[in-house]
Amino acid sequence: MYESHADLGGKALHGPVIPEPEGELFHAEWERMALAITLAMGATGTWNIDESRSVRETQSNYDSLTYYQLWIQGLVALLKKHGLVEDDEVAAGKMLHPAKSLKRVLRAVDVPAVLAKGAPTLRSANSAALFAVGDQVTTRSNAVDHHTRLPAYARGRNGRVAAVYGPHVFADTHAQGLGEQPQWLYNVVFTARELWGEGADATSTVSIDAWESYLEPHS
Amino acid sequence: MGHDHDHDHEDDHSELSDMELHVRALRTVLEQKGYIDPAALDVLIDTYETKIGPRNGARVVAKSWLDQAYRDWLFTDATAAIASLGYHGRQGEMIVALENTDSVHNLVVCTLCSCYPWPVLGLPPTWYKSAPFRSRAVKNPRGVLADFGVQLPASVSIRVWDSTAEVRYLVVPQRPKGSDGLSEEQLADLVTRDSMIGTGLPKDV
Repeated sequence: MYESHADLGGKALHGPVIPEPEGELFHAEWERMALAITLAMGATGTWNIDESRSVRETQSNYDSLTYYQLWIQGLVALLKKHGLVEDDEVAAGKMLHPAKSLKRVLRAVDVPAVLAKGAPTLRSANSAALFAVGDQVTTRSNAVDHHTRLPAYARGRNGRVAAVYGPHVFADTHAQGLGEQPQWLYNVVFTARELWGEGADATSTVSIDAWESYLEPHS
Repeated sequence: MGHDHDHDHEDDHSELSDMELHVRALRTVLEQKGYIDPAALDVLIDTYETKIGPRNGARVVAKSWLDQAYRDWLFTDATAAIASLGYHGRQGEMIVALENTDSVHNLVVCTLCSCYPWPVLGLPPTWYKSAPFRSRAVKNPRGVLADFGVQLPASVSIRVWDSTAEVRYLVVPQRPKGSDGLSEEQLADLVTRDSMIGTGLPKDV
């Protein structure tokens, strides 16, 4: 059974949020390098962002890792999964097996253009949107056995479509190597009381962005 | 992710050193295999330390306070309005701007990971990626605001945006009272990073 350790919305047992000054980006020198090698390897096109999220969220020691520790552990897992690096190499700190060929390598001169382009997920429409702004919808109630972007707290809840964002690469299939399979993406808003019960703030709302297959018309 | 490193653990130093060695080893392997260009790493780090950060977003907000046509554009097509100032790309391919008013306060979170509008805010702060923020922002937003010293009247409804797809959200805070006559640059100085996430308010004049 696929198990994500990242689905934290609404979970109890977490303390206060500790604010941090604006310029404080890294807390150790290795964190800079963790950022850079993760982005550089992502830019090789060996995996996509949904696959990398899936690998990170399924690390069994997720709860005990800091953010950049998770990035590095996830990166090593992706490198091994794709046969680019083996454990003995990381342990030895040197190349012990032949390199594999990559789709591309991120060169310094190309960094600004690659960052400026990003990886847009909007696709052209092959079908009409099933829902329109103002429609009442219900989210799917069951858990699924793969990466998904429907948080547990928003499963089986009634909400209202607040925006239609067009067809987007579907994270669930993209993460599994099953292709982009674009679906219409919606902003769906729920009252706090629908999500958390009568004790919740009467006027607050929470929205998620939900692909069409996460939703059905509210009957 | 549940444990912040407060630098009060005895093993903290050695643990960080282990990470330093581990990441260096990994980098060496990637370099020897030709997977990474070391010069590209330097450019990446420099970009997010000196070029792409919350001052970008502050400029967007300040402009929206001064220029009604720009403001209208921002709330119709934020991606294009923001790109017109030169900010676009990775982790901000589609941006939606959220208007704070006297009756609505917007707060952005990513409960599933750490999605954040990089072109306008840069790298997310540690707390944004932490379990306390991600777990509590959707369920108890007023409690989270209190952690930041922000208290809003009960008459203000809070709209929490959980960034569960590739749409990125930028909160446009209300223009501070008494800021008439300030230049765009002076106004941008009032716009804090946290005010563009929704955990803070702009500085007072």
